[in-house]
Amino acid sequence: MNEFVLIFRNDFQPEVKFSPDEMQAIMQQWQNWMGGIAAQNKLASSGNRLGGDGKTVKPGNIVTNGPYAEIKEMISGFIIVTADSIEEASEIAKGCPILNVGGNVEVRNIIPMNN
Amino acid sequence: MQEKDLIPHLYRTEFRKITAVLSKLFGIAHIEVAEDIVGDTFLLAAETWGLKGLPNNPTAWLYTVAKNKAKDFLKRDALFTQKISAEIKHSTAETHEIEIDLSGKNMQDSQLQMMFAICHPGIPPEAQIGLSLRILCGFGIDEIADAFLSNKETINKRLFRGREKLKELNVKIELPLEAEINKRIHNVLTTLYLLFNEGYYSTTRDKVLRKDLCLEAMRLTYMLIENESTNKPGVNALLSLMCFHASRFDARTNPKGELVLYDEQDTSLWNHELIAKGEYYLNKAATGDEISKYHLEAAIAYWHTNNDQPKWEKILQLYNKLLIIEYSPIAALNRTYALSKVYGKEMAIDEAEKLSLNKNHLYHTLLGDLYSTIDDVKAIQHLESALKLTRSSADKKLISNKIKKLCGQ
Repeated sequence: MNEFVLIFRNDFQPEVKFSPDEMQAIMQQWQNWMGGIAAQNKLASSGNRLGGDGKTVKPGNIVTNGPYAEIKEMISGFIIVTADSIEEASEIAKGCPILNVGGNVEVRNIIPMNN
Repeated sequence: MQEKDLIPHLYRTEFRKITAVLSKLFGIAHIEVAEDIVGDTFLLAAETWGLKGLPNNPTAWLYTVAKNKAKDFLKRDALFTQKISAEIKHSTAETHEIEIDLSGKNMQDSQLQMMFAICHPGIPPEAQIGLSLRILCGFGIDEIADAFLSNKETINKRLFRGREKLKELNVKIELPLEAEINKRIHNVLTTLYLLFNEGYYSTTRDKVLRKDLCLEAMRLTYMLIENESTNKPGVNALLSLMCFHASRFDARTNPKGELVLYDEQDTSLWNHELIAKGEYYLNKAATGDEISKYHLEAAIAYWHTNNDQPKWEKILQLYNKLLIIEYSPIAALNRTYALSKVYGKEMAIDEAEKLSLNKNHLYHTLLGDLYSTIDDVKAIQHLESALKLTRSSADKKLISNKIKKLCGQ
Protein backbone atom coordinates (compact mmCIF):
# COMPACT_ATOMS: atom_id res chain seq x y z
CA MET A 1 0.00 0.00 0.00
CA ASN A 2 1.23 3.47 -0.87
CA GLU A 3 0.28 6.78 0.61
CA PHE A 4 -1.07 9.68 -1.35
CA VAL A 5 -1.84 13.19 -0.24
CA LEU A 6 -5.03 14.77 -1.53
CA ILE A 7 -4.65 18.55 -1.65
CA PHE A 8 -7.84 20.59 -1.84
CA ARG A 9 -7.84 23.86 -3.74
CA ASN A 10 -10.57 26.34 -4.37
CA ASP A 11 -11.10 30.01 -5.13
CA PHE A 12 -10.61 32.24 -2.16
CA GLN A 13 -13.91 34.01 -1.62
CA PRO A 14 -13.84 35.82 1.71
CA GLU A 15 -17.07 37.63 0.82
CA VAL A 16 -19.08 34.38 0.83
CA LYS A 17 -20.56 33.80 4.25
CA PHE A 18 -22.44 30.67 5.20
CA SER A 19 -25.33 30.40 7.62
CA PRO A 20 -24.89 27.96 10.53
CA ASP A 21 -27.22 25.51 8.76
CA GLU A 22 -25.22 25.72 5.56
CA MET A 23 -21.99 25.28 7.52
CA GLN A 24 -23.51 22.24 9.19
CA ALA A 25 -24.50 20.75 5.83
CA ILE A 26 -21.00 21.36 4.41
CA MET A 27 -19.35 19.80 7.46
CA GLN A 28 -21.64 16.81 7.12
CA GLN A 29 -20.60 16.26 3.49
CA TRP A 30 -16.94 16.29 4.48
CA GLN A 31 -17.53 13.99 7.44
CA ASN A 32 -19.43 11.55 5.25
CA TRP A 33 -16.73 11.57 2.60
CA MET A 34 -13.91 11.09 5.10
CA GLY A 35 -15.94 8.52 7.08
CA GLY A 36 -16.41 6.61 3.83
CA ILE A 37 -12.66 6.53 3.21
CA ALA A 38 -12.02 5.52 6.81
CA ALA A 39 -14.66 2.77 6.50
CA GLN A 40 -12.50 1.27 3.73
CA ASN A 41 -9.53 1.51 6.10
CA LYS A 42 -7.81 3.83 3.64
CA LEU A 43 -7.56 7.04 5.65
CA ALA A 44 -3.92 7.33 6.74
CA SER A 45 -4.33 10.82 8.20
CA SER A 46 -7.31 13.11 8.52
CA GLY A 47 -4.89 15.93 7.69
CA ASN A 48 -5.81 19.52 8.43
CA ARG A 49 -7.98 22.36 7.24
CA LEU A 50 -6.13 25.55 6.42
CA GLY A 51 -7.47 29.02 7.21
CA GLY A 52 -7.50 32.09 5.01
CA ASP A 53 -4.80 33.99 6.91
CA GLY A 54 -1.41 33.64 5.34
CA LYS A 55 1.80 35.28 4.30
CA THR A 56 4.34 34.42 1.67
CA VAL A 57 8.00 34.88 2.49
CA LYS A 58 10.36 35.49 -0.44
CA PRO A 59 14.13 36.00 -0.71
CA GLY A 60 15.36 39.43 0.34
CA ASN A 61 13.08 39.83 3.35
CA ILE A 62 10.03 40.26 1.18
CA VAL A 63 6.86 39.23 2.94
CA THR A 64 3.57 39.51 1.13
CA ASN A 65 0.10 39.10 2.58
CA GLY A 66 -1.92 36.08 1.73
CA PRO A 67 -1.00 32.71 0.37
CA TYR A 68 -2.84 33.53 -2.83
CA ALA A 69 -0.69 36.32 -4.22
CA GLU A 70 0.04 34.67 -7.52
CA ILE A 71 -2.40 31.82 -7.65
CA LYS A 72 -6.10 32.28 -7.82
CA GLU A 73 -6.71 28.96 -6.16
CA MET A 74 -5.80 28.56 -2.55
CA ILE A 75 -4.93 25.36 -0.72
CA SER A 76 -7.70 24.88 1.83
CA GLY A 77 -6.67 21.56 3.32
CA PHE A 78 -5.34 18.07 2.81
CA ILE A 79 -5.75 14.47 3.88
CA ILE A 80 -3.57 11.40 3.37
CA VAL A 81 -5.00 8.16 1.99
CA THR A 82 -3.56 4.72 1.38
CA ALA A 83 -4.16 3.15 -2.01
CA ASP A 84 -2.58 0.60 -4.35
CA SER A 85 -2.11 3.12 -7.14
CA ILE A 86 -2.50 6.78 -7.98
CA GLU A 87 -5.53 5.76 -10.05
CA GLU A 88 -7.20 4.33 -6.95
CA ALA A 89 -6.31 7.47 -4.98
CA SER A 90 -7.83 9.60 -7.75
CA GLU A 91 -10.96 7.46 -7.60
CA ILE A 92 -11.24 8.30 -3.88
CA ALA A 93 -10.71 11.99 -4.68
CA LYS A 94 -13.73 11.96 -7.02
CA GLY A 95 -16.04 12.01 -4.02
CA CYS A 96 -14.48 15.10 -2.44
CA PRO A 97 -17.06 17.78 -1.55
CA ILE A 98 -14.72 20.54 -2.74
CA LEU A 99 -15.65 19.51 -6.29
CA ASN A 100 -19.24 20.65 -5.60
CA VAL A 101 -18.12 24.24 -5.04
CA GLY A 102 -15.84 24.63 -8.06
CA GLY A 103 -12.66 23.50 -6.34
CA ASN A 104 -10.28 20.71 -7.32
CA VAL A 105 -8.18 18.02 -5.73
CA GLU A 106 -4.51 17.48 -6.46
CA VAL A 107 -3.43 13.87 -5.91
CA ARG A 108 0.27 13.34 -5.19
CA ASN A 109 2.26 10.30 -4.21
CA ILE A 110 4.24 10.53 -0.99
CA ILE A 111 7.86 9.44 -1.22
CA PRO A 112 8.64 7.26 1.81
CA MET A 113 11.36 8.62 4.11
CA ASN A 114 13.88 5.86 3.43
CA ASN A 115 13.86 6.24 -0.38
CA MET B 1 -29.71 -17.71 49.07
CA GLN B 2 -29.72 -21.52 48.87
CA GLU B 3 -26.88 -23.23 50.69
CA LYS B 4 -25.69 -24.94 47.52
CA ASP B 5 -25.42 -21.56 45.77
CA LEU B 6 -23.52 -19.94 48.60
CA ILE B 7 -20.03 -21.29 47.85
CA PRO B 8 -20.10 -20.46 44.11
CA HIS B 9 -21.39 -17.01 45.03
CA LEU B 10 -18.67 -16.44 47.63
CA TYR B 11 -16.10 -17.81 45.20
CA ARG B 12 -17.21 -15.19 42.70
CA THR B 13 -17.08 -12.31 45.18
CA GLU B 14 -14.25 -13.27 47.56
CA PHE B 15 -11.71 -15.26 45.51
CA ARG B 16 -10.46 -12.18 43.71
CA LYS B 17 -10.24 -10.02 46.82
CA ILE B 18 -8.17 -12.47 48.84
CA THR B 19 -6.04 -13.44 45.83
CA ALA B 20 -5.23 -9.80 45.12
CA VAL B 21 -4.16 -9.15 48.72
CA LEU B 22 -2.07 -12.32 48.96
CA SER B 23 -0.45 -11.75 45.57
CA LYS B 24 0.54 -8.31 46.66
CA LEU B 25 1.95 -9.70 49.89
CA PHE B 26 3.92 -12.48 48.18
CA GLY B 27 4.97 -10.43 45.17
CA ILE B 28 4.11 -10.82 41.49
CA ALA B 29 6.31 -13.93 41.09
CA HIS B 30 3.99 -15.91 43.35
CA ILE B 31 0.53 -15.12 42.03
CA GLU B 32 -0.06 -18.80 41.46
CA VAL B 33 0.72 -19.62 45.11
CA ALA B 34 -1.84 -17.02 46.13
CA GLU B 35 -4.42 -18.51 43.75
CA ASP B 36 -3.72 -22.00 45.10
CA ILE B 37 -4.07 -20.95 48.71
CA VAL B 38 -7.42 -19.30 48.04
CA GLY B 39 -8.51 -22.28 45.96
CA ASP B 40 -7.61 -24.64 48.82
CA THR B 41 -9.53 -22.44 51.23
CA PHE B 42 -12.68 -22.86 49.17
CA LEU B 43 -12.10 -26.59 48.88
CA LEU B 44 -11.87 -26.83 52.65
CA ALA B 45 -15.01 -24.70 52.99
CA ALA B 46 -16.93 -27.06 50.72
CA GLU B 47 -15.84 -30.09 52.78
CA THR B 48 -16.24 -28.58 56.24
CA TRP B 49 -19.49 -26.71 55.68
CA GLY B 50 -21.01 -29.79 54.12
CA LEU B 51 -20.22 -31.85 57.20
CA LYS B 52 -20.59 -29.38 60.05
CA GLY B 53 -23.02 -26.89 58.61
CA LEU B 54 -22.48 -23.26 57.77
CA PRO B 55 -20.37 -21.05 60.05
CA ASN B 56 -22.05 -17.93 61.45
CA ASN B 57 -20.10 -15.66 59.21
CA PRO B 58 -18.94 -17.60 56.12
CA THR B 59 -16.93 -14.72 54.68
CA ALA B 60 -15.00 -14.19 57.92
CA TRP B 61 -14.39 -17.95 58.04
CA LEU B 62 -12.85 -17.81 54.57
CA TYR B 63 -10.65 -14.86 55.49
CA THR B 64 -9.39 -16.55 58.66
CA VAL B 65 -8.62 -19.83 56.92
CA ALA B 66 -6.93 -18.07 53.99
CA LYS B 67 -4.84 -15.99 56.38
CA ASN B 68 -3.75 -19.07 58.33
CA LYS B 69 -2.93 -20.96 55.16
CA ALA B 70 -0.89 -18.02 53.92
CA LYS B 71 1.00 -17.79 57.22
CA ASP B 72 1.58 -21.55 57.30
CA PHE B 73 2.87 -21.42 53.82
CA LEU B 74 5.28 -18.59 54.58
CA LYS B 75 6.56 -20.39 57.69
CA ARG B 76 6.78 -23.87 56.22
CA ASP B 77 8.53 -23.40 52.96
CA ALA B 78 12.17 -22.89 53.82
CA LEU B 79 13.23 -21.70 50.40
CA PHE B 80 10.30 -19.37 50.33
CA THR B 81 11.18 -18.06 53.77
CA GLN B 82 14.70 -17.27 52.69
CA LYS B 83 13.74 -15.61 49.48
CA ILE B 84 10.51 -13.87 50.21
CA SER B 85 10.09 -13.49 53.92
CA ALA B 86 13.19 -11.32 53.98
CA GLU B 87 11.37 -8.87 51.80
CA ILE B 88 8.16 -9.10 53.77
CA LYS B 89 9.92 -8.67 57.11
CA HIS B 90 11.78 -5.78 55.65
CA SER B 91 8.58 -4.11 54.51
CA THR B 92 6.67 -4.82 57.71
CA ALA B 93 9.41 -3.50 59.99
CA GLU B 94 10.63 -6.78 61.45
CA THR B 95 7.40 -7.87 63.06
CA HIS B 96 7.46 -11.54 63.91
CA GLU B 97 3.79 -12.13 63.21
CA ILE B 98 3.04 -11.44 59.59
CA GLU B 99 0.03 -9.16 59.24
CA ILE B 100 -2.35 -10.00 56.47
CA ASP B 101 -4.69 -7.08 55.94
CA LEU B 102 -8.03 -8.30 54.60
CA SER B 103 -9.87 -5.06 55.25
CA GLY B 104 -12.24 -3.72 52.62
CA LYS B 105 -9.95 -0.86 51.72
CA ASN B 106 -6.86 -3.00 51.27
CA MET B 107 -8.79 -5.51 49.19
CA GLN B 108 -10.10 -2.74 46.95
CA ASP B 109 -6.66 -1.13 46.60
CA SER B 110 -4.98 -4.45 45.89
CA GLN B 111 -7.45 -5.31 43.13
CA LEU B 112 -6.99 -1.91 41.51
CA GLN B 113 -3.22 -2.27 41.68
CA MET B 114 -3.46 -5.78 40.31
CA MET B 115 -5.46 -4.45 37.36
CA PHE B 116 -2.62 -2.10 36.42
CA ALA B 117 -0.01 -4.83 36.98
CA ILE B 118 -1.80 -7.27 34.66
CA CYS B 119 -2.23 -4.56 32.04
CA HIS B 120 1.50 -3.89 31.91
CA PRO B 121 2.36 -3.20 28.25
CA GLY B 122 4.77 -6.17 28.23
CA ILE B 123 1.97 -8.71 28.73
CA PRO B 124 0.29 -9.98 25.54
CA PRO B 125 -3.37 -8.83 25.24
CA GLU B 126 -4.84 -12.34 25.30
CA ALA B 127 -2.95 -13.13 28.49
CA GLN B 128 -4.13 -9.81 29.98
CA ILE B 129 -7.75 -10.77 29.49
CA GLY B 130 -7.17 -14.33 30.68
CA LEU B 131 -5.34 -13.21 33.80
CA SER B 132 -7.99 -10.57 34.47
CA LEU B 133 -10.72 -13.19 34.27
CA ARG B 134 -8.78 -15.49 36.59
CA ILE B 135 -7.39 -13.09 39.16
CA LEU B 136 -9.78 -10.13 39.04
CA CYS B 137 -13.03 -11.91 38.26
CA GLY B 138 -12.40 -15.25 39.98
CA PHE B 139 -13.22 -17.28 36.88
CA GLY B 140 -12.24 -20.94 36.84
CA ILE B 141 -10.11 -22.35 34.03
CA ASP B 142 -13.19 -24.09 32.57
CA GLU B 143 -15.17 -20.88 32.51
CA ILE B 144 -12.32 -18.97 30.85
CA ALA B 145 -12.02 -21.76 28.27
CA ASP B 146 -15.77 -21.47 27.65
CA ALA B 147 -15.63 -17.71 27.35
CA PHE B 148 -12.82 -17.92 24.77
CA LEU B 149 -14.40 -20.94 22.99
CA SER B 150 -11.15 -22.70 23.75
CA ASN B 151 -9.96 -25.62 25.86
CA LYS B 152 -8.38 -25.93 29.30
CA GLU B 153 -4.89 -26.74 28.04
CA THR B 154 -4.74 -23.66 25.83
CA ILE B 155 -5.98 -21.41 28.61
CA ASN B 156 -3.58 -22.92 31.15
CA LYS B 157 -0.69 -22.34 28.77
CA ARG B 158 -1.81 -18.79 28.14
CA LEU B 159 -2.13 -18.00 31.83
CA PHE B 160 1.23 -19.66 32.51
CA ARG B 161 2.93 -17.53 29.89
CA GLY B 162 1.24 -14.42 31.28
CA ARG B 163 2.43 -15.17 34.82
CA GLU B 164 5.95 -15.96 33.56
CA LYS B 165 6.03 -12.64 31.76
CA LEU B 166 4.92 -10.78 34.90
CA LYS B 167 7.75 -12.51 36.79
CA GLU B 168 10.29 -11.82 34.09
CA LEU B 169 9.42 -8.12 33.95
CA ASN B 170 9.19 -8.03 37.76
CA VAL B 171 6.01 -5.97 37.52
CA LYS B 172 5.16 -4.24 40.79
CA ILE B 173 1.67 -4.62 42.21
CA GLU B 174 1.13 -0.96 42.90
CA LEU B 175 -0.72 1.96 41.42
CA PRO B 176 1.73 3.62 39.02
CA LEU B 177 2.50 7.33 39.14
CA GLU B 178 0.14 9.79 37.45
CA ALA B 179 2.08 9.89 34.17
CA GLU B 180 2.30 6.08 34.01
CA ILE B 181 -1.40 5.75 34.91
CA ASN B 182 -2.24 7.89 31.89
CA LYS B 183 -0.14 5.61 29.70
CA ARG B 184 -1.30 2.29 31.10
CA ILE B 185 -4.97 3.17 31.57
CA HIS B 186 -5.36 2.78 27.82
CA ASN B 187 -4.48 -0.91 28.16
CA VAL B 188 -6.65 -1.27 31.26
CA LEU B 189 -9.64 0.15 29.40
CA THR B 190 -8.97 -2.02 26.35
CA THR B 191 -8.93 -5.11 28.57
CA LEU B 192 -12.16 -4.12 30.30
CA TYR B 193 -13.75 -3.30 26.94
CA LEU B 194 -12.76 -6.69 25.52
CA LEU B 195 -13.91 -8.41 28.68
CA PHE B 196 -17.31 -6.77 28.34
CA ASN B 197 -17.55 -7.52 24.62
CA GLU B 198 -16.57 -11.12 25.24
CA GLY B 199 -19.68 -11.38 27.38
CA TYR B 200 -21.91 -9.26 25.18
CA TYR B 201 -21.07 -10.58 21.73
CA SER B 202 -19.60 -14.03 22.36
CA THR B 203 -21.46 -16.93 20.87
CA THR B 204 -21.11 -19.16 23.91
CA ARG B 205 -24.47 -20.67 24.66
CA ASP B 206 -24.41 -20.06 28.39
CA LYS B 207 -26.32 -16.82 28.86
CA VAL B 208 -25.64 -16.65 32.59
CA LEU B 209 -21.90 -16.81 32.07
CA ARG B 210 -22.07 -14.09 29.45
CA LYS B 211 -24.05 -11.78 31.71
CA ASP B 212 -21.59 -12.44 34.52
CA LEU B 213 -18.70 -11.42 32.27
CA CYS B 214 -20.41 -8.13 31.48
CA LEU B 215 -21.17 -7.43 35.12
CA GLU B 216 -17.58 -8.20 36.16
CA ALA B 217 -16.25 -5.82 33.51
CA MET B 218 -18.62 -3.13 34.78
CA ARG B 219 -17.63 -3.74 38.39
CA LEU B 220 -13.93 -3.34 37.56
CA THR B 221 -14.61 -0.20 35.54
CA TYR B 222 -16.61 1.21 38.43
CA MET B 223 -13.63 0.51 40.69
CA LEU B 224 -11.54 2.83 38.52
CA ILE B 225 -14.18 5.55 38.85
CA GLU B 226 -14.25 5.20 42.63
CA ASN B 227 -10.53 5.88 42.83
CA GLU B 228 -9.70 9.55 42.37
CA SER B 229 -6.44 9.05 40.46
CA THR B 230 -8.02 6.73 37.90
CA ASN B 231 -11.37 8.52 37.53
CA LYS B 232 -10.65 9.79 33.99
CA PRO B 233 -13.19 10.94 31.36
CA GLY B 234 -12.44 7.88 29.20
CA VAL B 235 -13.26 5.56 32.13
CA ASN B 236 -16.64 7.25 32.58
CA ALA B 237 -17.27 7.00 28.85
CA LEU B 238 -16.52 3.28 28.94
CA LEU B 239 -18.83 2.67 31.88
CA SER B 240 -21.54 4.70 30.13
CA LEU B 241 -21.15 2.54 27.05
CA MET B 242 -21.38 -0.62 29.15
CA CYS B 243 -24.52 0.62 30.93
CA PHE B 244 -26.27 1.38 27.63
CA HIS B 245 -25.39 -2.01 26.18
CA ALA B 246 -26.26 -3.87 29.37
CA SER B 247 -29.65 -2.12 29.44
CA ARG B 248 -30.60 -4.25 26.42
CA PHE B 249 -29.30 -7.51 27.79
CA ASP B 250 -32.71 -9.07 28.39
CA ALA B 251 -34.27 -7.68 25.23
CA ARG B 252 -31.65 -9.03 22.83
CA THR B 253 -32.40 -12.72 23.30
CA ASN B 254 -35.80 -14.39 23.28
CA PRO B 255 -36.82 -17.12 25.76
CA LYS B 256 -35.42 -19.74 23.34
CA GLY B 257 -32.02 -18.05 23.57
CA GLU B 258 -32.11 -16.75 20.00
CA LEU B 259 -30.78 -13.30 19.14
CA VAL B 260 -33.37 -10.56 18.68
CA LEU B 261 -32.27 -7.76 16.36
CA TYR B 262 -32.28 -4.20 17.63
CA ASP B 263 -35.20 -3.16 15.41
CA GLU B 264 -37.34 -6.02 16.69
CA GLN B 265 -36.55 -5.70 20.39
CA ASP B 266 -39.32 -5.22 22.91
CA THR B 267 -38.29 -1.84 24.31
CA SER B 268 -40.27 -2.47 27.49
CA LEU B 269 -37.60 -5.06 28.31
CA TRP B 270 -34.89 -2.39 28.23
CA ASN B 271 -33.56 -1.64 31.69
CA HIS B 272 -34.31 2.05 32.23
CA GLU B 273 -32.25 2.30 35.37
CA LEU B 274 -29.17 1.30 33.39
CA ILE B 275 -30.07 3.72 30.60
CA ALA B 276 -30.25 6.53 33.18
CA LYS B 277 -26.86 5.44 34.56
CA GLY B 278 -25.45 5.43 31.06
CA GLU B 279 -26.58 9.02 30.60
CA TYR B 280 -25.15 9.98 33.99
CA TYR B 281 -21.67 8.63 33.18
CA LEU B 282 -21.78 10.04 29.65
CA ASN B 283 -22.25 13.50 31.18
CA LYS B 284 -19.41 12.80 33.61
CA ALA B 285 -17.24 11.81 30.64
CA ALA B 286 -17.81 15.16 28.96
CA THR B 287 -14.84 16.88 30.59
CA GLY B 288 -11.33 17.48 29.31
CA ASP B 289 -10.53 17.77 25.64
CA GLU B 290 -10.00 14.14 24.71
CA ILE B 291 -12.69 12.37 22.73
CA SER B 292 -11.90 8.68 22.96
CA LYS B 293 -13.51 5.91 20.98
CA TYR B 294 -15.41 5.07 24.16
CA HIS B 295 -16.97 8.55 24.13
CA LEU B 296 -18.12 8.05 20.55
CA GLU B 297 -19.37 4.53 21.13
CA ALA B 298 -21.21 5.60 24.27
CA ALA B 299 -22.82 8.47 22.34
CA ILE B 300 -23.88 6.03 19.60
CA ALA B 301 -25.34 3.70 22.23
CA TYR B 302 -27.13 6.69 23.78
CA TRP B 303 -28.82 7.53 20.48
CA HIS B 304 -29.81 3.90 20.09
CA THR B 305 -31.81 4.11 23.31
CA ASN B 306 -33.61 7.09 21.85
CA ASN B 307 -36.45 6.84 19.38
CA ASP B 308 -36.43 10.38 17.98
CA GLN B 309 -36.20 10.41 14.23
CA PRO B 310 -33.13 12.51 13.46
CA LYS B 311 -31.10 10.03 15.46
CA TRP B 312 -29.66 8.20 12.44
CA GLU B 313 -27.95 11.35 11.22
CA LYS B 314 -26.29 11.72 14.62
CA ILE B 315 -25.34 8.06 14.64
CA LEU B 316 -23.87 8.32 11.14
CA GLN B 317 -21.73 11.32 12.10
CA LEU B 318 -20.53 9.53 15.25
CA TYR B 319 -19.55 6.45 13.23
CA ASN B 320 -17.70 8.69 10.78
CA LYS B 321 -15.73 10.16 13.67
CA LEU B 322 -15.17 6.76 15.25
CA LEU B 323 -13.75 5.34 12.01
CA ILE B 324 -11.49 8.35 11.56
CA ILE B 325 -10.05 7.67 15.05
CA GLU B 326 -9.82 3.90 14.69
CA TYR B 327 -10.85 1.57 11.89
CA SER B 328 -12.74 -1.62 12.66
CA PRO B 329 -14.79 -3.78 10.27
CA ILE B 330 -17.81 -3.74 12.61
CA ALA B 331 -17.79 0.09 12.78
CA ALA B 332 -17.49 0.23 8.98
CA LEU B 333 -20.54 -2.04 8.62
CA ASN B 334 -22.56 -0.15 11.21
CA ARG B 335 -21.70 3.13 9.54
CA THR B 336 -23.01 1.78 6.25
CA TYR B 337 -26.23 0.69 7.94
CA ALA B 338 -26.66 4.20 9.42
CA LEU B 339 -25.95 5.65 5.96
CA SER B 340 -28.81 3.59 4.51
CA LYS B 341 -31.14 4.96 7.19
CA VAL B 342 -30.21 8.55 6.32
CA TYR B 343 -29.60 8.48 2.55
CA GLY B 344 -31.36 5.33 1.41
CA LYS B 345 -30.35 1.83 0.40
CA GLU B 346 -28.89 2.60 -3.07
CA MET B 347 -26.27 4.94 -1.72
CA ALA B 348 -25.47 2.54 1.10
CA ILE B 349 -25.00 -0.33 -1.39
CA ASP B 350 -22.44 1.76 -3.31
CA GLU B 351 -20.54 2.46 -0.11
CA ALA B 352 -20.86 -1.10 1.18
CA GLU B 353 -19.37 -2.57 -1.98
CA LYS B 354 -16.21 -0.52 -1.45
CA LEU B 355 -15.59 -2.09 1.96
CA SER B 356 -13.96 -5.29 0.67
CA LEU B 357 -15.03 -7.41 3.62
CA ASN B 358 -15.96 -10.40 1.48
CA LYS B 359 -14.98 -12.94 4.12
CA ASN B 360 -17.12 -11.35 6.83
CA HIS B 361 -20.58 -12.89 7.31
CA LEU B 362 -21.93 -9.63 8.74
CA TYR B 363 -20.88 -7.87 5.54
CA HIS B 364 -22.98 -10.25 3.48
CA THR B 365 -25.86 -10.03 5.95
CA LEU B 366 -25.80 -6.25 5.60
CA LEU B 367 -25.73 -6.41 1.80
CA GLY B 368 -28.55 -8.96 1.94
CA ASP B 369 -30.63 -6.48 3.94
CA LEU B 370 -29.74 -3.55 1.67
CA TYR B 371 -30.55 -5.44 -1.53
CA SER B 372 -33.84 -6.81 -0.26
CA THR B 373 -36.78 -5.06 -2.03
CA ILE B 374 -34.24 -3.60 -4.51
CA ASP B 375 -32.87 -6.82 -5.97
CA ASP B 376 -34.10 -9.88 -4.11
CA VAL B 377 -31.98 -12.30 -6.15
CA LYS B 378 -28.80 -10.50 -5.11
CA ALA B 379 -30.12 -10.23 -1.57
CA ILE B 380 -30.54 -14.01 -1.37
CA GLN B 381 -27.08 -14.58 -2.88
CA HIS B 382 -25.50 -12.43 -0.16
CA LEU B 383 -27.48 -14.07 2.61
CA GLU B 384 -26.41 -17.48 1.35
CA SER B 385 -22.77 -16.37 1.41
CA ALA B 386 -23.34 -15.14 4.96
CA LEU B 387 -24.82 -18.48 5.93
CA LYS B 388 -21.71 -20.28 4.66
CA LEU B 389 -19.38 -17.96 6.55
CA THR B 390 -20.97 -17.86 9.99
CA ARG B 391 -20.23 -20.46 12.62
CA SER B 392 -22.70 -19.28 15.24
CA SER B 393 -25.94 -21.24 15.31
CA ALA B 394 -27.89 -18.18 16.51
CA ASP B 395 -26.68 -16.21 13.47
CA LYS B 396 -27.38 -19.14 11.14
CA LYS B 397 -30.96 -19.28 12.33
CA LEU B 398 -31.38 -15.52 11.90
CA ILE B 399 -29.99 -15.58 8.35
CA SER B 400 -32.07 -18.63 7.35
CA ASN B 401 -35.20 -16.82 8.49
CA LYS B 402 -34.31 -13.82 6.34
CA ILE B 403 -33.79 -16.07 3.31
CA LYS B 404 -37.12 -17.80 3.94
CA LYS B 405 -38.85 -14.44 4.13
CA LEU B 406 -37.33 -13.31 0.81
CA CYS B 407 -38.34 -16.57 -0.84
CA GLY B 408 -41.88 -15.85 0.26
CA GLN B 409 -42.07 -18.76 2.67
